[in-house]
Amino acid sequence: MSFQTVMNTISLWTLPVIIILILTVGLIKKVPVYEAFTQGAKDGFKVSVNIIPYLVAIIVAISMLKASGAIEMAGAVLAPVLNYFHIPIDTIPIMIVRSLSGSAALGIFSDIAHTLGPDAYATKLAAIMLGSSETTFYVLAVYFGAVGITKLRYALVVGILADIIGIVAAVSVCHWLFA
Amino acid sequence: MNYIFYFLIVISIIIGAVNGKLSDVVNSILSGAELSVKVAFSLIGIMAFWLGIMKIAEKSGLVTFLAKILKPISKRLFNELPQDSPAIGDVAMSFSANALGLANAATPIGIKAMEEMQKANTDKTTASNSMCMFLAMSTAGFQIVPTTVIAILIGIGYKNPTEIIAPTLIVTTIAFISAIIIAKIFQHFWSPQTQNNTEENGGAL
Repeated sequence: MSFQTVMNTISLWTLPVIIILILTVGLIKKVPVYEAFTQGAKDGFKVSVNIIPYLVAIIVAISMLKASGAIEMAGAVLAPVLNYFHIPIDTIPIMIVRSLSGSAALGIFSDIAHTLGPDAYATKLAAIMLGSSETTFYVLAVYFGAVGITKLRYALVVGILADIIGIVAAVSVCHWLFA
Repeated sequence: MNYIFYFLIVISIIIGAVNGKLSDVVNSILSGAELSVKVAFSLIGIMAFWLGIMKIAEKSGLVTFLAKILKPISKRLFNELPQDSPAIGDVAMSFSANALGLANAATPIGIKAMEEMQKANTDKTTASNSMCMFLAMSTAGFQIVPTTVIAILIGIGYKNPTEIIAPTLIVTTIAFISAIIIAKIFQHFWSPQTQNNTEENGGAL
């Protein structure tokens, strides 16, 4: 059995195993599982609706930023810097967009992967950048929005700093392993 | 957040005007607003499912059990939360879901963790230290196997897509640990939200 088959089997089984585990422990502990489930599930609608204002604020603002061409401009400014460090320019959009929009970052990655092909250094670097980080702005909007918190204190700064550290780490590790 | 929101929108309009893309920017307001509602509504079902499952886990004592096991770690990371708080268990569940790449489960459980932390929060509109720590952990996006990325790599005929796993894991671990350390440092220097408990030395981490 190859490593890849093992990985696939694991990812296929994690979810079912967790669900069976929770239900079984519930039954053993004499929890009325059906009633408890529906009781908890009732909040699903409320929570989803509660986050709409926060989602609209952040998604509209980021859509506007993307449409304005600001990201391409930032890329053009960054290009000489990245060139100096031998970082492929194709990965610039991923670095900028990753924290802002998950679907956009995925789209850009697909694009890089398809145009440059599997052997390109940029494909590997982009893959590592994408796989090692989260859509910081989205997570902040949804998590804080769900409980109605508007003053984030240092949460955003930490998120962005960690993203920058992640980019530097990705470039270094990729250079060390694949260059 | 007020400045960022203002900055994002004003900059977009100005740069859009400079680039002659002002109509695109205006159109993106509509498409962005539509997308937000789509995202929220597409969450309802899966949110309901995982909140239901989590209710069972909570009633069976599984969440408290998990919180108890993680006490040595959570005591340091979330020192202002009551140590028997179910929030710790929820945080652990959300983190595991993220680490296993179960994004659909991670968001509802993460929101539940936020709700539990909000109960212990003294100022309901301002983020507590625990919330900032939890968000630092979540936005760092720690994931053991980047399943989506690997799927795309397989799609383009990448010969050995699993070679990406180890470097990704190294990078995500570095980012994750940095996020925790930075959050810990800021916790000490950022203007406190309310009178915080006297903290034990967080630098041990």
